[in-house]
Amino acid sequence: MKRLIAGAAVLVAAGLGTARWAASRGRRPAVAKDPLESSRWLGITINRSPDEVAPGGHLPDPLARADAEVRMNRAPGDRGTEIYARPREHRAGIGGLLARPRGDDARTAVRTALRETKCLLETGDVLRSDEEIGTTRPTVTGRVLDMALGRAAEGGRL
Amino acid sequence: MKALCWQGVNELSVEQVPDPAILNSQDAIVKVTASTTCGSDLHLLGGYIPAMRAGDVIGHEFIGEIVDVGPEANRRRVGERVVVCSVIGCGRCWACSHDEWSLCENSNPNPGVTDLMWGGTTAGIFGYSHAMGGFRGSHAEYVRVPFVDYNAFPVPEGISDLDALFASDAAPTGWMGAELGGVKPGDVVAVWGCGGVGQMAARAAMLLGAERVIAIDRYPERLAMTARRVGCEVVDYTSTDVTAELRERTGGRGPDVCVEAVGMEADGTGIERVYDALKQRLRLEQDRPIAVREAIHACRKGGSVFVLGVFAGLVDKFPLGALMNKGLTLRGAQQHGQRYIPKILDRIAKGDLSTAYLATHTMTLDEGPKGYDLFKHKKDGCVRAVFRPWA
Repeated sequence: MKRLIAGAAVLVAAGLGTARWAASRGRRPAVAKDPLESSRWLGITINRSPDEVAPGGHLPDPLARADAEVRMNRAPGDRGTEIYARPREHRAGIGGLLARPRGDDARTAVRTALRETKCLLETGDVLRSDEEIGTTRPTVTGRVLDMALGRAAEGGRL
Repeated sequence: MKALCWQGVNELSVEQVPDPAILNSQDAIVKVTASTTCGSDLHLLGGYIPAMRAGDVIGHEFIGEIVDVGPEANRRRVGERVVVCSVIGCGRCWACSHDEWSLCENSNPNPGVTDLMWGGTTAGIFGYSHAMGGFRGSHAEYVRVPFVDYNAFPVPEGISDLDALFASDAAPTGWMGAELGGVKPGDVVAVWGCGGVGQMAARAAMLLGAERVIAIDRYPERLAMTARRVGCEVVDYTSTDVTAELRERTGGRGPDVCVEAVGMEADGTGIERVYDALKQRLRLEQDRPIAVREAIHACRKGGSVFVLGVFAGLVDKFPLGALMNKGLTLRGAQQHGQRYIPKILDRIAKGDLSTAYLATHTMTLDEGPKGYDLFKHKKDGCVRAVFRPWA
């Protein structure tokens, strides 16, 4: 009985999917990606005053070492300091597309520098995960997860 | 050291794993003296949180003794008996400094996962998948506690280990649901779920001045425990229409505050139960929001619904129309435990709050898989199984 219900549900789902696909044919595709993605400022808010974030106008590490344009201002509502950064060089085309899988994406480097700068200024440290002393073992599904998690430290809203 | 590890869906085993180490200068190592199962672990066990690796150590609600501290941990000392908040806060970001600790901006080393899922990065949690930072859990002989000055609280003498244990998660989570749900003196409060968190939410509502508290579940032993230990009214949802029952008990208004303490694997009755179970099984819906739907329908006009149960993704047939047209306030959160733990320890010390009774089964860490079997299937009246790694 359980199999019968599951089978019927799969058929219904497949039918709905097909109908939806058919209904969407001929429609103009929506813009899936942000056209300004490669040039947008990456912003982060640090719970410290501008004087603490950049005393004497000197940017803190690791942001200071990043090859990036940087601007900053006091955040509204007593939220500290907003820092914005973006790579000086905007890579377009196939080079830009391949940069991330190759691990040399300039935006990823700036994003990581912003996040670590925030952690250092607010807590004095960049927190490390227990994953460094592993208890896990390799599995097939684990590999898929590893691929997704491989980039997890670089992502995230700033 | 010995630890209870997730090995796959519905598969746990006790393994020898490397000891934890001080990785950051504000860390401590805690020797775990008691660690309890929690309803939210069942979502990991059932494979509904898809960021677990085989071998991950689970468990997040615990107490223990500090045996090592990093050079920049200033407030905590070796030898202290501490209860540790299940949610990790840095203590200094904007969210932590505004007492919204589960929104900490610095305690999740894998921020990309929760940002992709929810459009924002949330705090790290012990033993709660790589999405929540990949921190090892507490069902182990030792655990590393990051930012220990902010996350570990000394337990005053006179409070037993088992009472203090539930100040790690169940009690502050329940308290948060009642407080942020807006419970005021004179309110009628309904709580869905009579597990540890639901019972703590019901008790917190009473301590915050609610005139009547009504708790809802289906397990007779949990209903009886809630009536006896919390001292509130109870409703068995398998034998009545909950919404009608609540209307009848509240002069037709419905409860002022509804606290949902069930989560993504909510059970129900009738066609709704079959519908959600089937959709979740086919992965057409991630979470089953049966109790949330019911709370929204039952709540009085202009009332408040707080979601304490853990949800991970998308739900189906969410009654947005009822929410909007009835003018309800809907809130939710992982627990902001650091905000409540000192207050809860104080309440326990004064005798206002009792928690140790939730530990219906105490056992060794080697018995971990058995403990989860009892807990998951509610066998032998199990409300919480507690593991004593050094017993």
